[in-house]
Amino acid sequence: MDQFTINLLFVGASFALYIGIAVWARAGSTSEFYAAGRGVHPVTNGMATAADWMSAASFISMAGLIAFTGYDNSTYLMGWTGGYVLLALLLAPYLRKFGKYTVSEFIGDRFYSPTARLIAVICLIVASLTYVIGQMTGVGVAFGRFLEVSNTLGLLIGAVVVFAYAVFGGMKGVTYTQVAQYVVLITAYTIPAIFISLQLTGNPVPMLGLFSEHTASGQPLLERLDQIVTELGFREYTAHHGDTFNMVLFTLSLMIGTAGLPHVIMRFFTVPRVADARWSAGWALVFIALLYLTAPAVGAMARLNITDLMWPEGTDGQAVSTQQIADDPAYDWMATWQQTGLLGWEDKNGDDRIQYYNDNDAEMQARAEEEGWEGNELTNFNRDILVLANPEIANLPGWVIGLVAAGGIAAALSTAAGLLLAISSAVSHDLVKGRFNPNISEKGELLSARIAMAGAIIVASYLGLNPPGFAAETVALAFGIAAASIFPALMMGIFTKVNDKGAIAGMLTGLLVTLVYIFLHKGWLFIPDTNSFTDADPLLGTIKSTSFGAIGAILNFTAAFTVSKMTTPIPQEIDDLVESVRVPKGAAAAAANH
Amino acid sequence: MAVTEKEKESARAYWKTNIRIILISLVIWALVSFGFGILLRPMLSGIEVGGTDLGFWFAQQGSIFVFLALIFFYAWRMNKLDAEHGVGEE
Repeated sequence: MDQFTINLLFVGASFALYIGIAVWARAGSTSEFYAAGRGVHPVTNGMATAADWMSAASFISMAGLIAFTGYDNSTYLMGWTGGYVLLALLLAPYLRKFGKYTVSEFIGDRFYSPTARLIAVICLIVASLTYVIGQMTGVGVAFGRFLEVSNTLGLLIGAVVVFAYAVFGGMKGVTYTQVAQYVVLITAYTIPAIFISLQLTGNPVPMLGLFSEHTASGQPLLERLDQIVTELGFREYTAHHGDTFNMVLFTLSLMIGTAGLPHVIMRFFTVPRVADARWSAGWALVFIALLYLTAPAVGAMARLNITDLMWPEGTDGQAVSTQQIADDPAYDWMATWQQTGLLGWEDKNGDDRIQYYNDNDAEMQARAEEEGWEGNELTNFNRDILVLANPEIANLPGWVIGLVAAGGIAAALSTAAGLLLAISSAVSHDLVKGRFNPNISEKGELLSARIAMAGAIIVASYLGLNPPGFAAETVALAFGIAAASIFPALMMGIFTKVNDKGAIAGMLTGLLVTLVYIFLHKGWLFIPDTNSFTDADPLLGTIKSTSFGAIGAILNFTAAFTVSKMTTPIPQEIDDLVESVRVPKGAAAAAANH
Repeated sequence: MAVTEKEKESARAYWKTNIRIILISLVIWALVSFGFGILLRPMLSGIEVGGTDLGFWFAQQGSIFVFLALIFFYAWRMNKLDAEHGVGEE
């Protein structure tokens, strides 16, 4: 059986599984579907949250960004897990006690202002839409490879599938489908990692393998990696190269963004008790950590494998020959990925060999001169293909490759569809019905939801073709927006007595300043070539646009406190509401109120 | 429902203890990630871990383990505090 058929089988089987579970669970009880997880055990809820949370960014993109940058991109690992601490300690229990279903409802009620609610909705839409752009980039990579077509065609086909999946919609709400998606996703991520860790270090646990001895060389794996990448003029893998201040800000932005994203927070509204909200956040992180602890091993080991493949005689020997790339089955992955347009090489000096090295490095330029090289010949290696190509690079069996294809598609699809649902309900329910046309019929509301969904997917696909960055980088921008707008409002709503005008001023300041900063660096509305600055040379010192969320959040807090101090304090009933949100007792009653 | 002075006092004490636990947890949260993982990494560079140093381990794995421990500790500690102040749910 050829690889294409195997991939098709695995992706098809995983889809059949999700649909089967959805049909079975829905037939079981309709009321449970609407209760969206009330009465679901914290462990199950944690697993479903993990599936919801881990998208194309975590699954497809992150390990590739770590592999090619090394230590400096540890920010993604700390940022996207550390946010759960904030969520568990600062938000989840209180929002559960408050007992409504959405983030914008909380902001509208706590700040007793429809305007505050409207602004919260806009912040949510902007953050979610940016998030979907990142997902579509990942969808393009996954579908392009799995259908063996170009990245562009893959993205367009993927967009149609995501749209259909989101319209079919209800599936998303069924916790058990998400549990199945989690199982597919985590198996697909860890099995190849275990194989590769065994191959390279003999240790079956990837996260231990990363710090073990590299069997072939007898050196510690990371030391070996540092050595061979520096021999090719690249930066030392484990060392810190970038700007420290920017690294701190970026990590912080990802952390507070995590705690400000609606589709994660929403899950904590629906657990049975406040105590369960606390445990649920912990269980979600357990299941997320299984992937996040494996990711750095995947990245480092893939980088080692790629370098070894390009330099089969070692870094001081001859580079791989074009003959070998064409004939040796170990190099088949290069031809497969070349079709997607995301991997490319060119024999610039016509020596029938492909030299992969850093041609900006002075020492390497000297060596190139001596050996007659004319620049790095592995001309294109898109970071987002690393995880999906990884089992092929390591020459693993066909079924592992099929499994990874299914996992990547599960990750991208579930989150993209979830976000589209969130955007469409925000537009139809909160904006159209809540604000512009309260008398709209149910049919009209549904129609506006569909139009919003179609609009969102078209915009996201268009921008996904020319994305502002690799999947995880675009998603990081969405986190920055959530960090600057939503998180401070929620936190001040619980821990302080900031008033309506303060919250509105804060959210507007955070959102607008952060958006302008991002657009100045990534192009207005992410349209390519409309930017005035780049992240390589940012407007303010060393602060890249991906890191600006933390600054936006500080501005949000500052504006909110200042305006709140100068205007009327909150009324007594809101004061009582804040006090009641702070104690768990009576959460069941609060939930029964609507 | 009338709230007695004693209940108010208990609620204040409950919230104060909660804030203290949160602050201690967040200090640890920041110490392992921003501290050991980034800013204090040079200080820990003498401690070797599998071919690299402790700071690298904290940045890529260690901080995640501590985050997990913190969340479960907080859930356990707060459930105990809820019971002490009689504000928990059955």
